[in-house]
Order: sequence, then structure tokens, then C-alpha cells
Amino acid sequence: MGETLKIIVLVKHVPDTQFDRHLSGPANSIDRSESILSELDEYALEAALQLSEARGGAKAGNQVIALSMGPAAAANAVKKSLQIGASEGVHLTDASLAGSDAAATSLALAAAIRHIGAEGQVDLVLTGMASTDGETSLVPAQLAERLGLPQVTFASSLEINGSTLTASRDTDSHSTTVEATLPAVVSVTDQINDPRYPNFKGIIAAKRKTVTTLSLADIGLDSAQVGQSGSWTTVVTAEPRPPRTAGTIITDDGDAGVKLVDFLAARKLL
Amino acid sequence: MEKVLVFIDSPADSLKKTSQELLTLAQSMGQPVAAVAGDLSPAVRSELGSYGVGSIVVAADARLADFVVAPKAAFLASAATASGATVVLVENSPEGKEIAARTGIRLNAGVITDVVSVDADGTAHKSVLAGSYTTAARVSTAMTVLTVKANTVTVRAVGGGEPETVTVDVPADSFTSAARITSRTGKTASGRPELTDARVVVAGGRGVDGDFEPIELLADALGGAVGASRAATDAGWISHDAQVGQTGKTVSPELYISAGISGAIQQKAGMQTAKIIIAVNKDADSPVFEIADFGIVGDLHTVLPQAAAEIRKRQG
Ligand SMILES: Cc1cc2nc3c(=O)[nH]c(=O)nc-3n(C[C@H](O)[C@H](O)[C@H](O)COP(=O)(O)OP(=O)(O)OC[C@H]3O[C@@H](n4cnc5c(N)ncnc54)[C@H](O)[C@@H]3O)c2cc1C
Ligand SMILES: Nc1ncnc2c1ncn2[C@@H]1O[C@H](COP(=O)(O)O)[C@@H](O)[C@H]1O
Repeated sequence: MGETLKIIVLVKHVPDTQFDRHLSGPANSIDRSESILSELDEYALEAALQLSEARGGAKAGNQVIALSMGPAAAANAVKKSLQIGASEGVHLTDASLAGSDAAATSLALAAAIRHIGAEGQVDLVLTGMASTDGETSLVPAQLAERLGLPQVTFASSLEINGSTLTASRDTDSHSTTVEATLPAVVSVTDQINDPRYPNFKGIIAAKRKTVTTLSLADIGLDSAQVGQSGSWTTVVTAEPRPPRTAGTIITDDGDAGVKLVDFLAARKLL
Repeated sequence: MEKVLVFIDSPADSLKKTSQELLTLAQSMGQPVAAVAGDLSPAVRSELGSYGVGSIVVAADARLADFVVAPKAAFLASAATASGATVVLVENSPEGKEIAARTGIRLNAGVITDVVSVDADGTAHKSVLAGSYTTAARVSTAMTVLTVKANTVTVRAVGGGEPETVTVDVPADSFTSAARITSRTGKTASGRPELTDARVVVAGGRGVDGDFEPIELLADALGGAVGASRAATDAGWISHDAQVGQTGKTVSPELYISAGISGAIQQKAGMQTAKIIIAVNKDADSPVFEIADFGIVGDLHTVLPQAAAEIRKRQG
């Protein structure tokens, strides 16, 4: 491995969490009409850009490739990543991918990563800590298992020296430092950095960057291996939870603390 | 009867409550079997027997805890195959979900996370999209891997004999391609209940303005845990472990008291399935009041200490 890095950042196009989100249809799938680049993936992109810039950026031969799997509109997540600073984009799209669960998604992403790696080894795959729609955090771990690469998940700091990666990873009971040899799959938390916004220069520069569109056939998979047929889980029913309604609201005039305790007593919560 | 394998990670001298819950669930689904990573003490062995476990699978390798999850998952998959289990149950912690994720790939098994209950036919129930939907999901594979949330099962031991022990090898490839843990520092325990298990959570946000004492006073009066918004953890007023929300913990306590928190969508994502929500905020237009069962427009620095004192007074 040389001084430069070839990094793939996984970016997902997800329904905007600022709006109400809905499940519908025979597969209880999510309505993707108001979608954006998953905000948690911006931390992964920022981490990639910082690693690249510390080594001289794209000019010095570092690559930050934004890869998104999703319907036509997911190209917007790729485009946004290019505006923020990724050097190139890859959009994996195919009608048969719709309805993929984590197992099928990780299968397809692993095949796409191998496809990209055929033109020069990938040093690092960076992901967000969770997708804001699936919320499972299964994909990074399943991807590492499928690619046979070290898994460094929930990294709150990340450093690379030569081919050694060092990261911190916190659990409730412990703070740990972990080390792995590249190539590796790393997911980062929202504690790792402050993602940048695209600026005017970035938006202009993005127009000149390449986006490669890949189909299932390009990555050597069959339609039965992905989508609903390739998924190992199915959602059989989905019920909206009744929305919470506002209860009693009072303004403190000196005894609200006592009223709070009265409320707890009335609800038998003391 | 179907064999249901429960993963138990590095038990100390007794089983954690979450492990006891998984074992109780396993009894209701079939014949419980345990896969224990790390040392197995005689006390834990007997305790497993008391949950009806007839057979315990252990690893022929003492290094499982030195790596990031891959060897644990490889062990669990081997244990499932060796024991003939068709269902694997794992706790719903971040690490538990990752172990389940990789075990699923090794076993070609569907994985369902965040499970709150399981029907007799294997259908698993969970909530999704930040608590706005409840779904029922099934796996279509021969084997099933479920991660089950804490506090969803009432622990019940049935009594039983001493289990037998079966040792399995851990596939070598799971070590060679794993990240190594090079240092581990324990965090000091607060003495309060675990945030994700607590019956009561009192959470503070930017409105505490650097001083969590009013939050802690009320939490302690109620025997609850302390939570926080990201604004409070980002400011360094309290550890990130206390963060509730999309990028923190998801809690579903009986009672959530939100103080000095505006109620942003990412905060609601972690707490809106609480049974009762009380909000204290000095701004009457704060969105948190839209989801509060009881709201107080006021200053948390006076309301919370007054409530804590009143609770102490009534408790005598
Ligand atoms: C990717 C991403 C992930 C995120 N994840 C999370 C997450 O997991 N959890 C989370 O909480 N947030 C998360 N956020 C941040 C979230 O969007 C909000 O910024 C955050 O929740 C605001 O915290 P707050 O309510 O404490 O602060 P503010 O929004 O500033 O609200 C402070 C409130 O305190 C009130 N107040 C002030 N003084 C007093 C007083 N003396 N007495 C009573 N009330 C007072 C004010 O009226 C105000 O309503 C995330 C954001 C992003 C972009
Ligand atoms: N369809 C997808 N396209 C690109 N990246 C994805 C996709 N699905 C998941 N990921 C990546 O995997 C991470 C975790 O997702 P999840 O396991 O769904 O919670 C996300 O933050 C993304 O980085």
C-alpha cells in the first residue's frame, strides 16, 4: 500500500426524518418520496475527506468514492456527496433491489465494493453508525463478515498510520482502543467530527466529477439473490402508533413542583 | 422440541438480568441451550440449570473478548450448529446486534433486531421509524436470530439439574480478520439504574445550563436514571452515555421527565414510546409540550428541586 488511500463511503438515500414517515404496500415498505442523504452518513464522508486531505487530497491521488444503493432518486445522495467533496460517485441501482433487507443489502454492497476494488485495492470502507430509516446497524457488521475484513464499528475517533488503523470505541461499561490492519470496514458515530456543508465551489466542482451507475449484472448478482426474494426477513404487518397527544399544561406560579408530584401520585408513579 | 440458543457474553459470578430474560423467553419457545463466551463459573452453571438449560456450549479459545465481535459471532454460529438450535437469542445492545448480524451471515439466517415480543409461530414484534410504527416480522430461513430488548420479559426460573458442557472450536479465520482491542478502561458506575432498563428517566438538556444537580436530585428521589439531550452531552456537562435519542439510547420507561429540552425530532426518536411523559420547559411554545402528558411552563431550577423535596417529604 502506498501513501495514498482509496476510500469507499457508503451513503444511503433515506426519507427525511423532519417529516412524518409512512410504511405502506404489500411489503410494508417505506415511502421514499421526501428523501435526502442520511445525516449520519455525513459523518462517514467527513471522516473520509479528512483522511484524504491529510494525505494531499484528490490531487495527490487519494480517492473518496461515495457509493449508494437505491432507486433512481438515490443518485441525489451521490451528487450531494460529490458537492461536499467526494472525488467520484457510484450508484448501484436495479429494480430487483427494492425491498432488500440487511442481509440482501450487505450482499449487494459487498459485490459492488469488490467490483470497485477490481480496479485497485480499496483500503477502507466507511459507513454511518446506522441508517435513519432501517436503524438496525446490521449492514456494516454484515458487510465486514461477507468481505472477510476487520470490523471497527461505532468509532468515535479514527487514525491511520501506514496500514494500521486505530480507533476508539465506547460501550456503556468501557472505553476501548482498537487496532486493525487495512483494508477494513469502519462505521463512525456522530461524535467523530463536525461534517462540513457543500460550498459554492464544491457545487460547481461536483458537475465535473464522474458518477458510475452499476446494475446488478455489472456486479455479478442475480435478481433472485436480492430484493424481497433474496431477503431473509419479511415485514408481515405494520401499524402506525397512535400519535401522542398533549395533556395538561400548567404555568408555574410557585407550586408547580408540588403539582408535578400530585400528578405522579394520581398516576401511581411514586 | 425446538432448541433455542441463548448467547451469554462474559458472565461474572451471576447472570445479568438481560440474560435471565432471554433464558425465560427461550423456555417459552422451546428447549433452552446456552452459548457462554468467556469463563463459566460453577455458580453461573447452576444458575443456567435453574432456567432449564440442559446443555452449555463453551469456546475452546480464551481470546474471544480481545477482538471486535468477529470471533464471538463465529463461536455463536458454531455453537448453534453443534447444538442443533433453530433459534438464537442475543441481547439488544449495540455489540449484541453486531454479533447477531454476523452470526446471521454465518448461518444464512434472518436477523430481527429490537424485538419486544415473539409469538408462538416465531413472528417477532418491534417498533420502527423512531417509534412511529409497530411491525410484525418473520424470517424465511431455517434458522432465526433475534435480538431482544431488555425489560420485555418477566424473569422466571423453572428449576432443573446441572447442565452438561460441550466445547466447540472457534473458526481461526474469525481471529485473523478481526480488529484487536488494545486497551480497555472501565467506566465508573453511577450507582443509578441503567438508562435503558430504568423504570423512571429524568433527562436534562441545554436548559440545565451546565448544572445537572436538579436533574440528579429528582432522579434520585424517584430511584431513576439520568438522561440528557445531545446539546447537553455535546457541551460536556454529562457523559455521552447519558444521551437519549437517535444517536444515543432508546428508552421506553414508565415515566420520562424531560427538563430544559426543546423536543427535537432526534430527541423524540429515543423517548416517545415512554408510557408517561412530563415536560418542564420555560418556553410555552416548545415542541416537547405536544407529546407531554403533563407539561409545566417554568424554570427547571426551581420546579425540579421543589418536586424532589416534595417526594422526600411524602416518603417521610
Ligand atoms: C445527526 C444528528 C443526530 C442527533 N442525535 C440526537 C440525539 O440522539 N439526542 C438528542 O437529544 N439530540 C440529537 N440531535 C440534536 C437535536 O437536533 C437537538 O439539537 C437537540 O436535541 C437539542 O437539545 P436541547 O433540547 O437540550 O437544546 P435546545 O433545543 O437548545 O433546547 C433547550 C430548551 O431548554 C429550555 N430552557 C432553557 N432554560 C430553561 C430553564 N431554566 N428551565 C426550563 N427550560 C429551559 C428552552 O426553552 C429550550 O426549549 C441530533 C442532531 C443531528 C443532526
Ligand atoms: N442502501 C444503502 N446504500 C449505501 N449505504 C448503505 C445502504 N444501506 C446501509 N448503508 C450503510 O450502512 C450504514 C448502516 O445502515 P443500517 O445497517 O441500515 O442501519 C449506513 O449508515 C450506510 O453507511
